[in-house]
Amino acid sequence: MSRQYLKSAEVPFEKITAKTFPKGPDSLASGHRACQGCGEVLALRLLVKALGRDFMAVSATGCMEVCTSPFPQSAWEMPWLHVAFENAAAVASGVDAGNSILRKKGKLPDKRIPVVAFGGDGGTADIGIQALSGAMERYHENFTYVCLDNEAYMNTGIQRSSATPFGASTTTSPAGKLSKGQNTWKKDMPAIAAAHKIPYVATASPAFHLDMMNKIRRAAAIPGPAYIHVYAPCPTGWRMKPELSVESSRLAVNSRVFPLYEIIDGQYIINRKVDKPVPVAEYFKAQGRFRHLTEEDIAQITERVNQEYEHLVKLSETFNEPRY
Amino acid sequence: MSVTDSTKPVGIEVSLAMAEAVKLAEAEVVAAYPITPQTHIVEHLSDLVANGELEAAYIPVESEQSALSACIGSSAAGARTFTATSSQGLMYMAEMVFIAPMLRVPIVMAVANRAISGPINIWNDHSDIMSVRDCGWIQIFAENGQEATDLSIISFRIAEDKNVMMPFILNIDGFTLSHFIEPIVFPEAAKVKKFLPPYETTHKLDLAKPMSMGLLGAPEYYAESKKATDNALLGSKPYVQKAFDEYAAIFGRQYKLVETYRMEGAETAIVAMGSIAETAMTAVDEMREAGEKVGLVRLRLWRPFPVEEFRAAVRGVKTLAVVDRHFTPGFPEGPVATEIRALMYHEDDRPRMSNFILGLGGRDVPRNHFKYVVEKAKDLGAAGRQGQYEMVGVQE
Repeated sequence: MSRQYLKSAEVPFEKITAKTFPKGPDSLASGHRACQGCGEVLALRLLVKALGRDFMAVSATGCMEVCTSPFPQSAWEMPWLHVAFENAAAVASGVDAGNSILRKKGKLPDKRIPVVAFGGDGGTADIGIQALSGAMERYHENFTYVCLDNEAYMNTGIQRSSATPFGASTTTSPAGKLSKGQNTWKKDMPAIAAAHKIPYVATASPAFHLDMMNKIRRAAAIPGPAYIHVYAPCPTGWRMKPELSVESSRLAVNSRVFPLYEIIDGQYIINRKVDKPVPVAEYFKAQGRFRHLTEEDIAQITERVNQEYEHLVKLSETFNEPRY
Repeated sequence: MSVTDSTKPVGIEVSLAMAEAVKLAEAEVVAAYPITPQTHIVEHLSDLVANGELEAAYIPVESEQSALSACIGSSAAGARTFTATSSQGLMYMAEMVFIAPMLRVPIVMAVANRAISGPINIWNDHSDIMSVRDCGWIQIFAENGQEATDLSIISFRIAEDKNVMMPFILNIDGFTLSHFIEPIVFPEAAKVKKFLPPYETTHKLDLAKPMSMGLLGAPEYYAESKKATDNALLGSKPYVQKAFDEYAAIFGRQYKLVETYRMEGAETAIVAMGSIAETAMTAVDEMREAGEKVGLVRLRLWRPFPVEEFRAAVRGVKTLAVVDRHFTPGFPEGPVATEIRALMYHEDDRPRMSNFILGLGGRDVPRNHFKYVVEKAKDLGAAGRQGQYEMVGVQE
């Protein structure tokens, strides 16, 4: 692989290490109303901490919006806008267009303002996919979209989405006499984002918080749209003990269920190789949503997980023709 | 040399004239999705941006839902924002239409009024805008090309007035107004700059003064939020007239919230909105010539409803023939008639009133329809009967 074509990888940004971890107050204030042990709000808090306060945030309707913004309180320390469920990407694209033209006309200082939209898996992979696709295709300069994926519609009560994993029992894909729970495979959102030929796509997990925080810093630094798909454990919806959010995030990566990778200028890069995966059953064990699965079911899922992981490895070993 | 440099009337399609007016208003962001018959407005704006005549960001979004979403974003960022839509497009963005007023984002949206499906029909009536009547925007209906052009500038002034800060819908009849070529006098660019200074606001997303917009309104605050928004809408009325008056002082064309035509001594009044009022005026002339004591009342401002102005306009009239371009399925009267009846209910000398549905889905509205409704309204009034709409000319 020749790195000279990975232009976006060369865009400088201030890297976070254990030593340079941002100090000072959070950008998402404490006192929000997320559930005990919420992995999503943990991810969100770290993501916005990495960005500081010099950016604009847009939220889709969902858990994170509801729990952070009951009037007259708001947990958001930077300019923040929520309009509706399916349109965070479109709203963010408008904010960026507004900022950009005002900057061009000299009405705003000549400085990039990252605009970051946050949506859940339903707001991203289902109802918001059109708005997101449009925004990525239009190539908004300072646009980053973060999908906080807790693998179902948790805010409305654990209904399945297209990001719900195969076999998971939800309130609308319940396990039953005739059902193994969700009977479709998780929609591959990072691949869909990558198909828009945007400069930066990544997956991230709150268990690997420095990796995650650096990814959003890089996303915000790279000119052009970026998409980050964040694993966001939901103890309430997954029927899991609240103290296991971080542990489940780690197991998801180490079992290859949720691999950590980046797609920079089309080039896949696996950030954390998993040569000796933890058994998928180990990852499933703590989560009530998978409790009904048999050994055969888990074997079938493991096969698919490995296939998808191997496919990623192949992609990462394949040199992608430069497009720039 | 641009058409807007001309000091003489220019023959130009109304959609294009409106786009030119939006250029004179120096809109900074336009986000739009194509739908007939709105297309010529946004196509021409794209041209103006592409040729450098308008320094703006044109966002070619993938749907109307995203069109208004992007507009809300850019307006919240502090940019002067314009969009246009019609019919199914307005339906598709309806969710955001209802959210925008609460956010107090002064977007201006032209709606080229068109029937809503089904059956699918691209022609003019008011079923699109009436279906989102309660969205909370300032809503105005233009009658002709000059008015549509002037209002394309005035609307920004009203919407962005710091005492108003509300989104604004400018209705123009699809095709029968949007696609007509009319002689238009363009306001002088330098004077427009004076009338409409650059948009400045503190109500925006600002890194220096971070604000959260679009918070959750729980039961203990929802009603307060709705009331505050309605207070803003109701409170905008004097600023609408103020902007009209100031525009008249500079450009010489005076607009009012409610227009009357030959209402002196009128016993019967036609009530109409939009471009068919032009046809109605001709019909009134002909009826007056024949000795009929008839006049026309046209609602220019639809929201906030000009209650006092309307009552004053129809004072002393015996019979009202109220024209609707939409109807309310399952209810005896259309939306305009229903509202007017409600407004007149407590008046001591309230007129008899009948309701006529005209021009659905682009059905032609000739002069004799207005003569018919006047005769019919008088007959029904004399017989003491009123209250069930008549769809004029419908084949049953």
